[in-house]
Amino acid sequence: MAKQFDDKKKGDSGNPKEDAIEVMATVIEPLPNAMFRVELENKHQVLAHVSGKMRKNFIRILAGDKVAVELSPYDLTRGRIVYRYK
Amino acid sequence: MAIHLRSAEELEKMHRAGLLVHEVLATLRKAVKPGITTMDLEKLAEEKIAGRPGKAAFKGYRGYPCVLCTSVNSEIVHGIPSPRRKLREGDIVSIDFGMEVDGYYADSAVTVPVGQIRPEVQKLLEVTRESLDRAIDKMRAGNRLGDVGHAVQSWVEQNGFSVVREFVGHGIGTKMHDEPNLPNYGDAGHGARLQEGMVIAVEPMVNAGRPEVRMRDEWVAETADGSPSAHFEHTVAITANGPWILTRPKELTGPSW
Repeated sequence: MAKQFDDKKKGDSGNPKEDAIEVMATVIEPLPNAMFRVELENKHQVLAHVSGKMRKNFIRILAGDKVAVELSPYDLTRGRIVYRYK
Repeated sequence: MAIHLRSAEELEKMHRAGLLVHEVLATLRKAVKPGITTMDLEKLAEEKIAGRPGKAAFKGYRGYPCVLCTSVNSEIVHGIPSPRRKLREGDIVSIDFGMEVDGYYADSAVTVPVGQIRPEVQKLLEVTRESLDRAIDKMRAGNRLGDVGHAVQSWVEQNGFSVVREFVGHGIGTKMHDEPNLPNYGDAGHGARLQEGMVIAVEPMVNAGRPEVRMRDEWVAETADGSPSAHFEHTVAITANGPWILTRPKELTGPSW
């Protein structure tokens, strides 16, 4: 039985976006350049920018919004906002 | 993930599974004739292995429903046996079968003509079978994976056919699909180095027309242009004495199928 060729194996694709940790957070304050200071569920504050996909679709983010943030495992002080909860 | 190296003892176990696979395929090959359905072949295989040690490897593998894969004409691999699929004069059918005995796997396939077939389809079978032989001959310690793939690709394309990219040969041992992947294309001199003790299911899948694949459903892969496709496979171990085809009796020499 032939094996289906799957060159996009999870975890070691070489694409850092796939290794990110996704966590819930609350927006504390908007900063210039579409950056936000957000507080994670574990009370850490990190600097997060808005993902390109959200910018493209004009998802507005205000202080107090609940958002999903992806953190790079390499730099836990910066993140990317990938979703705004209603 | 690493490529497993198998001891002589383990190879003997795989060979035991391989001999059963060969026995079943040899029987089915003779049973193919116009009017028989692919489900008849499935039944025959089940009868043949009833009471034998081990079990069929495919049934239940990721939910696959049968012990055989029977892929007719433009079906490349993973055709599911059906009582409505009646073989007709001029068809070709790839019969793919695997066994697990004592925790060790063996996997093999052969494409069989149904009655008289057209000369260009006959050539497809011969070229594909020959590409398997050429690939097996590259299964020697010191060569690289790319040498094996290149042997298939260059022979096939030289003869005006094309190799399927979406499915690959695979390491085999205590799992049916293991490391490494063995594409049927590649660059000579590239890829992992082959070592004594590696076991790989070598399986060229060759389309008479273009290489593109279309998935008819979750399992069945067929050629996008509807051209016929052939498939031959053996489980091959790399030993100090060169390649050892585990899925046939040691007495057999000459062409792989």
